[in-house]
Amino acid sequence: MKSRFVADHGLTARMTGAMFVLGLLFVVVIVGLMLIVRGPFAIIIGLIGLGIAWYQWYASDTLALKAMRARVVQPHEAPELHAIIDRLCAMADMPKPVVAIAYTDLPNAFATGRSPSRAAVCVTTGILDKLTVDELEGVLAHELSHVAHRDVLVMTLASSAGIITGMLLRGSMYGGFGMFGRRSSSNNNGVPVWLIVLLAAIVVYAISFFAIKLLSRYRELAADRAGAFLTGKPSSLANALTKITGDIAAIPQRDLRAAEPMNAFFIAPAVSGVSWKTLTSTHPSLEQRLEQLAEIATQLGRRLDGGFSPGQGA
Amino acid sequence: MGFWDTLSGRTKPVAPKLDALFALPSASITLQVGANFTMTGRGAVCFRPADGPAFAQTLSDVVELLDQDDDPDVEQSTDEYGFTWLLVRQNDMGALVTDLHAVTTSLEAQGFGQSMLCALVSFTDPSGRGLALVYLYKQGTFYPFAPAGQQRRDNVLELQTRDQLKQDLPIEKDLSRWMALWGAPGL
Repeated sequence: MKSRFVADHGLTARMTGAMFVLGLLFVVVIVGLMLIVRGPFAIIIGLIGLGIAWYQWYASDTLALKAMRARVVQPHEAPELHAIIDRLCAMADMPKPVVAIAYTDLPNAFATGRSPSRAAVCVTTGILDKLTVDELEGVLAHELSHVAHRDVLVMTLASSAGIITGMLLRGSMYGGFGMFGRRSSSNNNGVPVWLIVLLAAIVVYAISFFAIKLLSRYRELAADRAGAFLTGKPSSLANALTKITGDIAAIPQRDLRAAEPMNAFFIAPAVSGVSWKTLTSTHPSLEQRLEQLAEIATQLGRRLDGGFSPGQGA
Repeated sequence: MGFWDTLSGRTKPVAPKLDALFALPSASITLQVGANFTMTGRGAVCFRPADGPAFAQTLSDVVELLDQDDDPDVEQSTDEYGFTWLLVRQNDMGALVTDLHAVTTSLEAQGFGQSMLCALVSFTDPSGRGLALVYLYKQGTFYPFAPAGQQRRDNVLELQTRDQLKQDLPIEKDLSRWMALWGAPGL
């Protein structure tokens, strides 16, 4: 099939780079655990970390909907919302996710779930009030792209190294589960082993923190891209983003903090950080997203046979 | 989606399937013989218009192409979800299907195949009940849609029709994909 969908190879390369770093970190953490922490502890810590990551992924739909106090709505309760999602799913040939509404004025939407056949899309009442049908469709297409890309799975896998090192850090604060000190007692002149482990864990944790945020921003751009090509209306998504981000920035801090843990899966982040913004944000900047959407609009507007028929100029 | 597509966060656009559309003429005979439903001569295509001049140009080319013959002109409308409908009138099911097919191939040739949502042809019986056979382009399957007044569907008639046409058409098995198309042109 002739398709207008143009892959952004630069984006793919950067995304692969971020994932490679995270994968490498995971290997480093596991190998490091096996070398430094003798005995069964290494395997236990690794397994517990993986178990936490697995549970976060496996129960992601229920956990996220509960955290947002969202309610699953049936077609007769929200016919318009269901109709938009029905049509998008029919066009993209994907199974229809569970549809939920969260009752908050914060205008936002998120998608979650362990696989495309077990997914949920949630919108807030704030976003339903503020967006037109076209804009809402753009946002939903973005969220459905997250589902199609299995972003919950990818992000959970990507963060598993971080989870394990996080556990190590916390463990060493309480005396390293009593397992790091043994060898250092026989070697009083050198640097204690637990200190090395602690420093290494901090470094690994810091790298994985930034790499996860970087990866998250790339996944957002990829979802913007796929969503805009699905609806054929990058301008609607651009309008929606402008409206949402403007509104979010204007809403008081207290509401924002309440929604914070869910940030990675929102369409626009609910925290307006000033410092570190570009490095630690889970979402690309509005300018970056609008720029990409404008590029897609140009691609969509071009004739494939290279030029317009007579009457439109050469 | 493959492993690499998942990793690189890229969905492959789904191409519209067209072959099953040509099974409609035989299905319409089955409907007439088996259930006394005759075709109304109206059919419609529904798709998502894309931003920009390329799509507008392609669309006007399609309409011009279909209007070149002597039969009634194509009617264009936009529904409340922003989807465009092209309504075609033909008294022969074969000619109707050819027209619907032409719309899809023209859009696909310009790379807008992903925008196709569905096509429908409508039927009616002597008692005045309406019935539409809806074709889902991406799934390549049909489903019956029988509106019965304000936002109500005649589910019994729809299921009967499904059983009747099982042999003639690929019917959509997932009932949740049987979208309601209230107020669609051609019904």
